[in-house]
Amino acid sequence: MQRHLISAADLTRDDAVLILDTAEEMARVADRPIKKLPTLRGRTIVNLFFEDSTRTRISFEAAEKRLSADVINFSAKGSSVSKGESLKDTAQTLEAMGVDAVVIRHGASGAPYRLANSGWIDAVVVNAGDGTHQHPTQALLDAFTMRRRLIGPDAGIGQDLDGKRITIVGDVLHSRVARSNVDLLHTLGAEVTLVAPPTLLPVGIETWPCEVSYDLDSTLPKSDAVMMLRVQRERMNAAFFPTEREYSRRYGLDGDRMARMPEHAVVMHPGPMVRGMEITAEVADSDRCTVVEQVANGVSIRMAVLYLLLGGNEPAVTQTRTEEK
Amino acid sequence: MSKILIRGAKVLGGEPQDVLIDGGTIAEVGSGLSAEGAEVVEAEGKVLLPGLVDLHTHLREPGREDSETVLTGTRAAASGGYTTVFAMANTFPVADTAGVVEQVWRLGKEHGYCDVQPIGAVTVGLEGRKLAELGAMHESAAGVTVFSDDGKCVHDAVIMRRALEYVKAFGGVVAQHAQEPRLTEGAEMNEGVVSAELGLGGWPAVAEESIIARDVLLAEHVGSRVHICHLSTAGSVEIVRWAKSRGIAVTAEVTPHHLLLTDELVRTYNPVYKVNPPLRTERDVLALREALADGTIDIVATDHAPHPHEDKDCEWAAAAMGMVGLETALSVVQETMVDTGLLDWAGVADRMSFKPAQIGQAKGHGRPVSAGEPANLTLVDTAYRGSVDPAGFASRSRNTPYEGRELPGRVTHTWLRGKATLVDGKLT
Amino acid sequence: MDKHGSQSDARPVLEGPDIARVLTRIAHEIVERAKGADDVVLLGIPTRGVFLARRIADKLEEITERKVPCGSLDITMYRDDLRMHPPRALARTEIPGDGIDGKLVVLVDDVLFSGRTIRAALDALNDIGRPRAVQLAVLVDRGHRELPIRADYVGKNLPTSLRETVKVQLAEEDGRDTVLLGAKPAAQ
Repeated sequence: MQRHLISAADLTRDDAVLILDTAEEMARVADRPIKKLPTLRGRTIVNLFFEDSTRTRISFEAAEKRLSADVINFSAKGSSVSKGESLKDTAQTLEAMGVDAVVIRHGASGAPYRLANSGWIDAVVVNAGDGTHQHPTQALLDAFTMRRRLIGPDAGIGQDLDGKRITIVGDVLHSRVARSNVDLLHTLGAEVTLVAPPTLLPVGIETWPCEVSYDLDSTLPKSDAVMMLRVQRERMNAAFFPTEREYSRRYGLDGDRMARMPEHAVVMHPGPMVRGMEITAEVADSDRCTVVEQVANGVSIRMAVLYLLLGGNEPAVTQTRTEEK
Repeated sequence: MSKILIRGAKVLGGEPQDVLIDGGTIAEVGSGLSAEGAEVVEAEGKVLLPGLVDLHTHLREPGREDSETVLTGTRAAASGGYTTVFAMANTFPVADTAGVVEQVWRLGKEHGYCDVQPIGAVTVGLEGRKLAELGAMHESAAGVTVFSDDGKCVHDAVIMRRALEYVKAFGGVVAQHAQEPRLTEGAEMNEGVVSAELGLGGWPAVAEESIIARDVLLAEHVGSRVHICHLSTAGSVEIVRWAKSRGIAVTAEVTPHHLLLTDELVRTYNPVYKVNPPLRTERDVLALREALADGTIDIVATDHAPHPHEDKDCEWAAAAMGMVGLETALSVVQETMVDTGLLDWAGVADRMSFKPAQIGQAKGHGRPVSAGEPANLTLVDTAYRGSVDPAGFASRSRNTPYEGRELPGRVTHTWLRGKATLVDGKLT
Repeated sequence: MDKHGSQSDARPVLEGPDIARVLTRIAHEIVERAKGADDVVLLGIPTRGVFLARRIADKLEEITERKVPCGSLDITMYRDDLRMHPPRALARTEIPGDGIDGKLVVLVDDVLFSGRTIRAALDALNDIGRPRAVQLAVLVDRGHRELPIRADYVGKNLPTSLRETVKVQLAEEDGRDTVLLGAKPAAQ
């Protein structure tokens, strides 16, 4: 594995499977009376959040604490950053305090990449979401959820998602979740279809390793998992689509549409959901919807990533699995 | 001022000749000229060009002296072989009055490294709403003939039409920064395959092309001439080619960086590649080179845009747009146009001296290398190859995209009206 | 490391039948010392300790005619040398259904050497529950302890030098049963 986790595209198939397998063992820690491991004792991790995201921050924090790391939460709001201190100065200040890893959430695409590659700091950098670029731990937890649901927690060990058909629906243009998922799912052998109105797909998407469709109904029967992306209401005012109602009618997932999915297929959502917009309450609350599992799986995945990047004297070495074996 | 004999230089890349400078003018051009009483500059193997003229420079003074001043900017210009630069109007305060343009013009004169010809703003405060006092700037000591809101587009079609019409009265020209503002809200890089992947806001080619199309039609309609700044796309080339074929009085410039670099470099998220208009694709780069070679694009202009280190040592979104270019322009043109066989040195003299001087009406610049002409000259060691070291720049800023890149050619001497401003690569 | 020695000049010190015999003996000792082994839970330490634990559990079942709970205990996350290597892939921890609280846990490993693995295993157990007692069974004890730890059941005491390696091979993982004693490669 590389030293930092910046983009899902940086992960090889073996890296990704190692993370998923490790997360499977981490998930079992949650079932124990003492949900804690001593592995990162003495390591200091800062959660450097320039954007509000309570969910992601708490998930990382839970993972860090379960691995016994010392955790510093740094919210850029109300700090010296809002008074004009640069990302570089902030990061160097934190490193001077002896931080081993920086988990960064930033509104600007590429900020974690810059932090990792500009020689500003030595700490390991984990991208917790940057602009409309990447959110690799979200993609990993999504893949983990799919593998558990579609293959099984034990049967999935060592497996990728070869041949699974995943449909991602919604605001792809502004979505780091969609970008990360397309990269990772492709690496894991899944067949990805993006469904959105043409206005919410980026120019240049034709080179992505996935199919693109404007029609949800024809895609649903061919899906093993359907991931609904959040659509922000303010997009309506920027003329990405005419009205909220028209959007939900064409691209929202309701009970009728869910019925067209194969029996085994699951509905996913990175949260927070906008009920009544991209997903109806009926679908959100059904057994096929994995939203709550995704949250739990997020902690396991983040534990796995932090262990594999920080647990040793260098990042985990991915063993190349020989196919013949 | 004494005599200088430049011996054995390939004038405009042609046969070796001697050039004798006497005072501020070229006294004689020929073979075996007498060196008597003259300082001799051995120029065997080097190429002698007319002093370069840059129609698009940001000198930053007044207002942003932390990034560049008229002094450091003109020293950088002399280092790069320039004898005239046109200073853009987006200073603080904006060069939209006779007072500001005269200040900049005077500073250039005082320092004596390179003539500085101020460009006046088209609209008050570059705000695109009200015409600035174009006539007053023209009549000032600075004698402004080029007007531009560069950095911002004169996007209102009526204001643009009026500006094009108004400057006809005194033979001025409007230089348009072609960027449709609504289509480029939140734009951070070229819109395409790379922006889709990097999640950076897209700056679509059509935002440039639609304004160029509109403005050439406006120029035709009102019978004026228009100059297009830093043209960057293959589509823009097609539109300008079409306009010229219709006889519309349009001229266009391309920057060195758009002749060499592509948006693939943005994958590093290194803001040294952040520039406006953005780096485009390989296809655009090739179209721009071809257009410069066939004359569709008239000139090379640097869009030299200095920024202090902290404005580039940050995340992409927070970084300033622009690159310094005066000290590397000729090398990049040699790399992309001469060494590729697209343009000979006479062509380079045309695109980097004759034509820009003509468009900007820079008197005494962009003249042939012949007896009786002002001795504005640039001597280039075209055999040189070396990697770019920003630490050696005369510019106050170091935001070059070429750091560590090997480029051909090095300006060794520059003469401004017979006075050496650069000798053996060192400023005087 | 014991498990990475060169095999070229290694000689077997235990062969298949020997291994079967000592595991049977260990099973009998467990029954004897645990007075019928009613509350015994076997936990193997991955990788080869898990196979040994299963084999001992089978023997115990033959002797006592009862199923003996058997699981695995991965100690990777509790190792004291984590910072000296890249992180390792985790192995499975599988605690039998009734847990370990109040039980007699017998840890099973292939080779007892420095004792650090067992120290980590005791820490790991501590996070899982509170056994009545913990005992240790190993196939080979090669000496050179670095911690105050000893085995309760030993298949074979094998005096070694630090220049030697001990390699255990088991049919489940390696295709055959044997314990090899060899010389450490000089380059290490």
